[in-house]
Amino acid sequence: MEVTTTWYLVLAAALFTTGTVGVLIRRNPLVLFMCVELMLNAVTLTFVAFGSALGGLSGQMAVFFALVVAAAEVVIGLAIIVAIARRHPTTAIDDFSTLRG
Amino acid sequence: MEVTVFIICSVIVLSGALGVLIARNPVHAALFLVETLFGIAVLFIMLDATFLAAVQVVVYAGAIVILFLFVIMLLGVDKAEDLGIEPISGQRPLTIIIGTSILGLVLTTLLISVNGPTGTLAPAPEPTTNTKNLGETLFTDHLFAVELTALLLTVAVVGAVSLARRIKGPLQPLPIVEAVSDEEIEVQETKDVE
Repeated sequence: MEVTTTWYLVLAAALFTTGTVGVLIRRNPLVLFMCVELMLNAVTLTFVAFGSALGGLSGQMAVFFALVVAAAEVVIGLAIIVAIARRHPTTAIDDFSTLRG
Repeated sequence: MEVTVFIICSVIVLSGALGVLIARNPVHAALFLVETLFGIAVLFIMLDATFLAAVQVVVYAGAIVILFLFVIMLLGVDKAEDLGIEPISGQRPLTIIIGTSILGLVLTTLLISVNGPTGTLAPAPEPTTNTKNLGETLFTDHLFAVELTALLLTVAVVGAVSLARRIKGPLQPLPIVEAVSDEEIEVQETKDVE
């Protein structure tokens, strides 16, 4: 038996779905962000798997930029959470509906 | 051999993801996230993306998760969350349905595209010089994107600092949300629990 691209894609789909379910059911904004990270990782795994199947570096290039965007997104998101949490100590995502700090 | 490594990594990745999903304490969720990220790094090595595997460990596990942990500790929100609360009634069953359909959708799309057009890409480089090849491609073909990335990171840093800055002195106060008082919020939460 040999590990084919399909195996990686099935794993990535399962990981992505886990992240999606997490975003839908969790209430802690930090855990929500972690679930978004899971989804991003599933997508990067897909990119690398396809890139490896097709040959060449295009897939890895895409992952490189996705990584940078993910880092920027986490920084901004956590800054927003910190700014809001100063006002609402009970950081549940329901308190964030106005986004007014 | 390869199959064994893949299966072990899949178990590590998926158990970590499930751990993030069901951990009551955010600190535990962050540690489960590290587990998932390490599993994916090993999968990257199996796919000959050695540089990305290193970056995955350094940037994700090293920087992003530490940032998460810092924020958790700073805010003092490392209290266990009651997972029994269902803010919207019927949310969990609906999530299961939506999750299953998304899984089916993504799987179908991916598996169709496996047998799709293969396209013509650059010739496959030697796996041993992965980092060198990546660097050369990055600073020749994708130079403009790299510059844009630098701009993006600068904007992100400036934005984060200005967002998280504590306003000192008698500056004008931020507008106060006058929609609901704390008692009303508590009344609402007790209603939600019921």
